[in-house]
Formats: sequence, structure tokens, C-alpha cells
Amino acid sequence: MGADPGEGNDGDRFDRLPATAAERTVEGRPTREAVLTWWDDRFGIDRGVFADVTFWERGAGKVWAYTGDLESPVAIEGLGMVALRARQEHWKPTLEAVQRFGTHASENCIHLTDAQAATFFAGEDQDVDWDGDWGYLVVTHDLAGGAEPLGVGLYVHGELRSVVPKGRRRDLG
Amino acid sequence: MTVLERYEPLVDDAAAFRAACRRDLPHVVRVNTIKTTVERASTALAAADIDHEPTAWHPGLFVLPDDQPGANWPYVHGWLHGQEEVSAVPARVLDPAPGERVWDACAAPGSKTTQLAALMDDRGCLVGTDPNIGRMAALRSNAERLGVTNLALTHEDARVHSLSPFGDRPYDRALVDAPCSCEGTVRKHPDVLDEWNIGTVRSVAGVQRGILERAIGATRAGGTVVYSTCTFAPEENEAVLDHVLDVADCGLVDFALPLEHSAGVTEWDGETFDETVTRAKRIYPHQNDTGGFFCAKLEVGG
Repeated sequence: MGADPGEGNDGDRFDRLPATAAERTVEGRPTREAVLTWWDDRFGIDRGVFADVTFWERGAGKVWAYTGDLESPVAIEGLGMVALRARQEHWKPTLEAVQRFGTHASENCIHLTDAQAATFFAGEDQDVDWDGDWGYLVVTHDLAGGAEPLGVGLYVHGELRSVVPKGRRRDLG
Repeated sequence: MTVLERYEPLVDDAAAFRAACRRDLPHVVRVNTIKTTVERASTALAAADIDHEPTAWHPGLFVLPDDQPGANWPYVHGWLHGQEEVSAVPARVLDPAPGERVWDACAAPGSKTTQLAALMDDRGCLVGTDPNIGRMAALRSNAERLGVTNLALTHEDARVHSLSPFGDRPYDRALVDAPCSCEGTVRKHPDVLDEWNIGTVRSVAGVQRGILERAIGATRAGGTVVYSTCTFAPEENEAVLDHVLDVADCGLVDFALPLEHSAGVTEWDGETFDETVTRAKRIYPHQNDTGGFFCAKLEVGG
């Protein structure tokens, strides 16, 4: 059973994203194609990374990533993880999605020293050199011999703003 | 008679049991293999100067003699999850494989659920159920921090769990880590003994029977159900198994457990139970210097 034409977003259930705009029945709902294109364009994450992942909307603009396949819509409490916030000019990935899928990112990744990473994860903004695009970046630092994605930063006006959710912040300085 | 004295007739060494129940428990973390490897997590802990001693029986389960799990790099990356050593037992006994259909009937706050997801390599249909919306929020937060993506959550009473959101197909495996009177957590929460009363034991046993019956009913013939608690009370353990052996199409099966343990008991308080409940395992705090635990493995039908 799909959503009826003109039906709005329902916050009590998960609706699978339409594959493409031609299949869209709910106004403003992002498509799977747009989500895959965005991960690839913005962060260089190949669409094959999400081959087994289905995307769902519950709550306006909240896009959930679920490894599996269920009949849509589904009225349950959780489905995978909240992966990004759409229905706004600049889509914003979640910290959890960046930690989970950001190891595949190759663009718009900013690498911090441990001291900078500690400032970032404490929720504090800081001046950092960056000559790439402004906007949401994957923040990485070195851990156990490799660059690991830690979270999401917002780079504007020469400043890396921490957008680590309050409940996830820690003082690691 | 104190609550713990009630169980001393079941224990091989009552003095060691009493003494162990009074000692604090060390912190233990489980490496989350969805996001990293045991080796890299160990390297990251060492780089943070955190002593971590591997347990002999479970890869990637480390005792932290001097530290709490929460404030270090590998933790904030979701590479580690604080989880009491015996709490890691039932998911290993259930032993789900990637791609299977698995139900965690009493999922929040998610230590065992996320361990199941890791054993499934984050692939297959994992359903977690809990009746408490606040605890469910904690479960969702833990699952997201650990990068779990194959988990669907239902807010309902597990006794009336509906398969309809999941294509009405039964599960391959189900875990019932049941709500219980929790004496086995006394080393972490000494208050559990103050709150203990026999009326609660009897009423929670009714809930346990209902959830276990539903889990057996929701699992395919030949599938596996694991029943576990953190109580020593036979009313909530062997008596619950004895009940489902009577009313449901299932049997208890033996399983290997590389921790010191005792067999399930066949007599308690004037009641006798089916002989096969001896295939269940009791873990007392003095046997491995852990919390207390109970675990049984059932095969459904056929």
C-alpha cells in the first residue's frame, strides 16, 4: 500500500522514499535517487555503499537508513538510524550516519589534530584552515592508525562550527 | 532470612557466594565489530593509556580495571559498549547469523540487541521490542551510536507482539532476556535486594511465561529461542521453562558455555520441574567474579 497522491508526511509511521521523482506521491519528499546523488556529490560516497540500504521518511525531512526491506508504510518506533535531514536548502547528515558510512567519504572531509578533534567533540566552534567548500563537512581524526570519521561540522566564515548533538558531546581534552 | 540466603541451598559455596555479592564489579566493554575490529579497538584503548584485559571466553570483551568506559576516543566513535560480562552470554548462545530473522523480545536498553546486530554483521531482519517508551529512547540512542542499521523497533507488550509489520513471517531465532527481580545485579545495584518481595517474583513470572510463549509462537519450527534472566529465583527461571515445556511445542537443548556455571535445578520450594531444565545454566557471582545470570536454550517444534 503506497501513500495516496497529495497525502502529507505522517509522523507516526515510516514511508519508503520513492525511487525517483516520477514515483513521488508526497510533495517535497526526497527520492532515493536524490539521496544517493547527494552522498556521492557532497562526500564522494559511492552509491554502491548503500546497495542494501533502504531510505525512509518519518518526521518531516528526517530520512532514516535501514539495511533491509519492509512493506511501506510501516507504523513502528524505529527503523535503522536517522541518516540525514532533508527538506531544507542544505541537507545535513547525522553524526551517526557519518560515523557509520563516512569511512567511504573522499570529498569535503576535514582532518583535525586530536586537540582540534577534542574541541570539536566538546561542542565548541574553532578557527580552522580549510580551502574547500563551505557547508557541512565530515570531520575526521587519526585513531588506531587510520583517519576515522568522528562527526559533522559546519564550515562558514573561516570557522568550523561543531554540530555534535548535546547528548553526544564529551570533554576529551 | 535475607534475599540472598534464600538461594544459599542452591549454591556450592555459600560463603564465597555471599562474599562475591558484596564486592563491586569491574567495568567491562564489548568491542562493536560493526564499526571496528577487536585489534584496532585494543590499539585505541592502549593509545589512551587505558588498561584492558581480555576475557578468556569472549573475543573483544575487555575488563577495564581502572577506568569507566565512557570518556575516550574509541568509545565516542561507537567502537565500545559498556556491558557486564555475563550480559554478553545470551546473544552468544542464540548465535544469529548474517541475513537471519531475529527478535529481541525485551530489547531496551540495547546491550544485547546491539550485540545481536554485530553477530549478524548488521545484515538481516533484527526486531527489537520494548513496552517502555523512555527505555526505547535509550535503546535507539545506543543502537545509533553503535552504527546499527538492521534494527526495527516496536513499542508494544511482547506478549502480544505482531509479526504483521514484518511480512507475517516467523523468526529464525528469538531472545527473551526477560524482566526479572534482578538479584544477579546486586554487585552493581545493591538496592535490588531492598525492593525484592515474593509478590513481585510471582507477578513477573507471569509476564515471563507470556513473553516466552509468544517468542516460541513467533519462531519457526526448528528455530532457536534463548531465555535468560539476571535472577537466581527458580520461580522466574526453571519454573518458567517447566511451564512452556507443558504448553508449547518446544524442548530444551544443551549448549556449551565456556564459563564456570551450575546446572538448572529440578526442585524448589516443594515444586519439581521437568528433568531437562538441568540443561539450563546458572551463573553465580563467585564462579567467574561476574554478576549472576541464568540462560536456557530451546528448540522450537518438530
